[in-house]
Amino acid sequence: MRTAVLTLVAFMSAGIPAAAQLADPTVIINDKFSERIDIGISTNEIAITSDFSGADITVFGAIDGADELLLATFAYDIVVALEGPRLSSTVRRKERVAGIWMNRHSIRFEPIPASYSMSSTRPLADIANLMELASRDIGINNIRLVPTGGVGDGSRLTEFREALRRIKQASGLYQRAPTGVQFISKALFRATVRLPANIPVGQHKVRAVLYKNNQFVMEKVIPLRVVKTGLEQFIYNLAHLYPLAYGIIAVLLATVTGWLGSVIFRRD
Amino acid sequence: MSIYLPIAELSVNIFVILGMGAAVGFLSGMFGVGGGFLITPLLIFYNIPPAVAVATGANQVVASSVSGALAHFRRGTLDIKLGLVLLSGGLVGATAGIQIFSMLRRLGQLDLIISLLYVVFLGSIGGLMLWESVNSIRRAANNKPVSLRKPGQHNWVHRLPFKMRFKRSKLYLSVIPVILLGFAIGILTSVMGVGGGFIMVPAMIYLLRIPTNVVIGTSLFQIIFVTAFTTVVQAATNFSVDIVLAALLMSAGVIGAQYGVRVGQKMRGEQLRAGLALLVLGVGIRLGFGLVLEPDEVYSVVSGSFGF
Repeated sequence: MRTAVLTLVAFMSAGIPAAAQLADPTVIINDKFSERIDIGISTNEIAITSDFSGADITVFGAIDGADELLLATFAYDIVVALEGPRLSSTVRRKERVAGIWMNRHSIRFEPIPASYSMSSTRPLADIANLMELASRDIGINNIRLVPTGGVGDGSRLTEFREALRRIKQASGLYQRAPTGVQFISKALFRATVRLPANIPVGQHKVRAVLYKNNQFVMEKVIPLRVVKTGLEQFIYNLAHLYPLAYGIIAVLLATVTGWLGSVIFRRD
Repeated sequence: MSIYLPIAELSVNIFVILGMGAAVGFLSGMFGVGGGFLITPLLIFYNIPPAVAVATGANQVVASSVSGALAHFRRGTLDIKLGLVLLSGGLVGATAGIQIFSMLRRLGQLDLIISLLYVVFLGSIGGLMLWESVNSIRRAANNKPVSLRKPGQHNWVHRLPFKMRFKRSKLYLSVIPVILLGFAIGILTSVMGVGGGFIMVPAMIYLLRIPTNVVIGTSLFQIIFVTAFTTVVQAATNFSVDIVLAALLMSAGVIGAQYGVRVGQKMRGEQLRAGLALLVLGVGIRLGFGLVLEPDEVYSVVSGSFGF
């Protein structure tokens, strides 16, 4: 077993230069504690079909080596978050110019999760202190928003950050369920995270973090792919891989529709 | 029932989209216009990203103008030679327009410019049409003859060089204003997602003095090719043509257009023009309010491709 783990670690470190994405460690452990967290999901792929209108995914997990007494006193806390692929985002602010509202200022932020859906046993403020949560990017308000390029004055930066979080939440891409993680038996828990209808496709990850008496114990990450399927996948690939052919097909479709219309309902 | 749009990357209500297509098809059949100037703003009001709305709008106009142009071709009210000259300007204009479109998108001013262009064009064309048609209605009421074209009367356009004979239109006309008109409409097609018939038809009638009976067929002829070209180039450069959205709009639109044509045939020409003018003005004013009123959210976010 130990050999297997070592092999995995060696493989991962070898993989770092090739693909930075793989450099994300899947397990982070605080050696002070002996408890371990493990999670599982029923699928590692979510398919977006033509009638996709969002989905709930249920994550099951267990705390290994949990102290019975501490479990009974609710000393353990769990945060489960589904993070979307990282994309850089530009926030723009409209201002009135000559009576017309137009985009005037913009700040570009380094890549942040395109979506973030979080569930926890309790409100985050009761689980750990802000510094600890922020150091691990846990919670909508703790996701690091680092501007790139010129920013202008600093007071505006705060507004832009708040706006980004507000808009992400309003569109359903960022959401939280402060009591969405429930213990189903002593050390077994279940978390429900919501996928919005506008969820971005790509490589997502499910992060489960265990806290004990407000102290970080362990984080476990498993990947989850969100893909388009069937016709949607076909159309998307065609549009991006063979854009010229796709455009011509779109025109042919329109021509045939128009021609059919004029033949079926002949006007003259 | 919702349907996922693979390019816009969001779920929409299929009946809202079909209803939009049918309503715009009805109006376009009734007034003999392509409907792009209605479909694109409607899609934007329905939160489709403007980049997708414009490119898909152009695709939808291909279908409605093919329908219309075929009918005119059968009746012989289509001047292909004149259409080809217009088209040569149109294709160059559309190419320039796509460049402008991509640049505005990078600068984050695309939405603003699209709205501004709509307000300016819809406002001025709608206003002029309303004024003209109200005068016609008044003249008709006084039993005076209604004429759009005053034959024999020439303006500066007819003194330009490089003249060409257009047999079908019974015209001997310089190609310069025709190519320039095509060029200007081509830019509008790629930036606004319209066919441009609502600008081209009045320009051909009032400016170039082309006989009214060939104007609509010929403008539809050139619109087919410019919107088709724009669709292909938008797909190739901005990846913003949503074929699922377009297919829904087109199929509903073609059916709606048939009922619109029947209603349109029962109405008088000047009444139709007044109705179209009110519609054009209405859309322009609605978009104008959107620019002037303080938005609920002054911030906007663009992540990845189209943003929200």
